[in-house]
Amino acid sequence: MRHSGWFSFVVLVPMLAVVLCFLTLPIVAIFVDTGPLDLLSSLGEDGALEALRLSLTCSAIAVGFIVLFGTPAAYLLARRRFRGRAVLVTLVELPLVLPPAVAGIGLLAALGPKGVLGGLVEDAGIRLVLTTAGVILALTFVAAPFYLRQAQSAFEALDRTWLEASRTLGASEARTFLRVAIPTAGPGLISGLALAWGRALGEFGATLMFAGSFRGITQTVPLAIYERFSTDFTGALALSAVLVAVSAALLLSVKLLSGSAWLGSAAR
Amino acid sequence: MLRVEAQARLGAFTLDVALETAAGSCLALAGPSGAGKTSVLRVVAGLVAPERGRVSCGDELWLDTATGLDVAPERRRCGYVFQEYALFPHLRAWQNVAYPIRGLPRGERRRRALELLERFGVADLADARPRTLSGGERQRVAVARALARRPAALLLDEPLSALDARTRASAGRELAAVLRETGVPTLLVTHDFTEAALLGDRVGVIDGGRVVQQGSAAELAASPASSFVADFTGAVVLTGTARPDADGLTHVALDGGGSVASTEPGDGPVAVSVYPWEIALAPADTPRSGSAQNHLPVEVISVTAIGNRIRVGLAAPQPLSAEITDASAGQLALEPGSRAVATWKATATRLLSR
Repeated sequence: MRHSGWFSFVVLVPMLAVVLCFLTLPIVAIFVDTGPLDLLSSLGEDGALEALRLSLTCSAIAVGFIVLFGTPAAYLLARRRFRGRAVLVTLVELPLVLPPAVAGIGLLAALGPKGVLGGLVEDAGIRLVLTTAGVILALTFVAAPFYLRQAQSAFEALDRTWLEASRTLGASEARTFLRVAIPTAGPGLISGLALAWGRALGEFGATLMFAGSFRGITQTVPLAIYERFSTDFTGALALSAVLVAVSAALLLSVKLLSGSAWLGSAAR
Repeated sequence: MLRVEAQARLGAFTLDVALETAAGSCLALAGPSGAGKTSVLRVVAGLVAPERGRVSCGDELWLDTATGLDVAPERRRCGYVFQEYALFPHLRAWQNVAYPIRGLPRGERRRRALELLERFGVADLADARPRTLSGGERQRVAVARALARRPAALLLDEPLSALDARTRASAGRELAAVLRETGVPTLLVTHDFTEAALLGDRVGVIDGGRVVQQGSAAELAASPASSFVADFTGAVVLTGTARPDADGLTHVALDGGGSVASTEPGDGPVAVSVYPWEIALAPADTPRSGSAQNHLPVEVISVTAIGNRIRVGLAAPQPLSAEITDASAGQLALEPGSRAVATWKATATRLLSR
């Protein structure tokens, strides 16, 4: 802004300062209270590394499912106009506003032993409740809408003539989707992926209710933090710092990696 | 031969056209925006299906609603140049051109793309991204890409309208040469009659979803079927070679004989444009008088009444038309075959370099 008047200095700047302080203080506090040594020793503690490994693999698998199923689904929602589309979009976004505890109960009611599809799941020989598979399911359920929303708006923003040009140049609908739609929507897809991954790494409530908190099987980092919290505050703090660092590093590298490779070219 | 028949509801009006264009020939559909021009191209390319219609190209049938045949766009072999060119932003220029070239190793695809880019004089931009290209460069890449498919028909949507006025003339000249060379039927749409006249072998004027008149540009200008066509066809276009003169005027030796003067600067090959209502007619034996600089002996080809005016088609020997009142037409006793002198001012004569 070239002509910044009193409004900027008296209102906007202080408000931004307040917002920044409020949002960053807890994160800063975690690191202030935890020395690097505490960090390392907390990792050495029982279950910490296991929890971290579980968090990373489960969230990665969940994000994989989300991208695999969510990308074509979001494309359909974004590029076609059909009756009931608005209802579908709302249904897909519903988990966003669902409290995690409700999500956990819902998953139990649907896929638990006494759930609606519980019998089916059992007959197929799959055990979800209190298993690692259950963790992945819970993470997928909670994180998917974050990706779907972003992917849908990224696909909606595509220039229709790019897709049409591809068709007239001899590419089928499938090839157009793979060679034009996905690369040109790349930046939006990547940021959706980063959001969903972040959400999955931090997931707590639904995982706890659906999969429980068993070391090495279903205890992800947030659950491990909660377990220590009552007995070992320093340990909980150290593990929190690890989670923050890992999440930040992961998201940052996703953004940087894609930014240098193809985002630069697809951004207009 | 590309044949198109289509009927479709389009918002406020109904598209109802029947067109054909021969191999190596370009039919230019001209009309105001919203007339349904682009819809015709979309029907041919298969991007939209009309309620009723039939599209065939050579001996291939692409659409026949009577039998339920609707070939997918990717199997229609149409080279479609979109209005804003629709280059893929994530691919380099050569990759855009190579996009339709399939089943060959990368090196061979690049070589073929470069060949096409070379033909349009933009081979040095092969590795550039579309967003870094100028409008004229994008247009060339887009045309090269459309040709890379070895299309059976070429469809061009306002190929010059995204260009600035300076690039437009040279790009138009280049495009006309390419169209002649390709030897496939071409359908072009434009809102600019001058553009249609320069690029199309035949011109169809489209309004409200219907082709209201078809013919050569000169025919349409000389004997418009309606006042809409008369207004739309607007300026007459003559070609010639310009030479700046000592008197500050530019003199243009017209192709086929005759010469005119313009106050606009110009040198070399030019298109001379003048509005029919700027042109006055006088009996053939009238001595030169008045302030008009341009006196061209002409032969009357046609006399067409449009409302309260008369559009007179002339041969000078290039086709030309004048618009005069009923009363003057009566006084001059104009009829096909009679001779007259067309006069107009040098200030009403616009020059476009070709």
